[in-house]
Amino acid sequence: MTNLPGISLAHPGSLIAAVFTPWVAVGIALLIGFFASYLTALSWADLTFVLPATAFGNVIVALLARFWLHEPISIQRWAGIVLITVGVGFVANGPSLTERPATQVATAKQPSTAVEEEPVR
Amino acid sequence: MTAPFPSFEAGPWAAAAMIAAVIVSSTAGEVLTAAAMKSIGDLDVIRARSGMKGAIRAVITCPLFFAGVSFLALAFFSLLFALNHLNLSLVAPAAASLTLVTNAIAAKLFLKENVDRRRWTAAVLVCVGVYFLAH
Repeated sequence: MTNLPGISLAHPGSLIAAVFTPWVAVGIALLIGFFASYLTALSWADLTFVLPATAFGNVIVALLARFWLHEPISIQRWAGIVLITVGVGFVANGPSLTERPATQVATAKQPSTAVEEEPVR
Repeated sequence: MTAPFPSFEAGPWAAAAMIAAVIVSSTAGEVLTAAAMKSIGDLDVIRARSGMKGAIRAVITCPLFFAGVSFLALAFFSLLFALNHLNLSLVAPAAASLTLVTNAIAAKLFLKENVDRRRWTAAVLVCVGVYFLAH
């Protein structure tokens, strides 16, 4: 976006045009991919499992910035990377979904399985 | 709110209120989206049964999902509003890290998720880590 000419509120059309710039379009496509994967993960795992796990993306961004863009990383940021990695390791070692009593699961699944046979899990 | 926005020097209370607005709306959005996906059921199973179109239809016909996405959009715009008045170095770490903790509390309260000691530890570690990384 910083490579584009300045966008002002007086010309909102330029914002629409920016969507079709190759880099912005690729970014939007990747964001849609992220949201689809995020929703799929939420459909079978707890929010308190998915959210810390997706925070690992921050670590990947920092490492890409370090080794691809050659940006300097301070000690504080390295400490952040270590803390996130340890935190994700913690949560990933536990169960991904809260165990529910069988009756509760049955009622929760009723709308989707009422017509079809029980899916093999 | 009148346009154009008056450019005021935000005091500590105004800053706290703006960051709180971001955190509350984003937590509401995450919890509603998670509740919607749980009510829909395992998307992999739905996709295996009725294909990609069926999975997309299952998601976009769920009212809870739209409630969640609306709150996420509200969170995004309140983040932009906060960035308009406050420094990025204050808003980004505060909003990104505090939402992890508020989400853990909200998931325990509203989604009845089993937030055990392991998950609390993970939430706090990642929260501090994101704060360090974004600061």
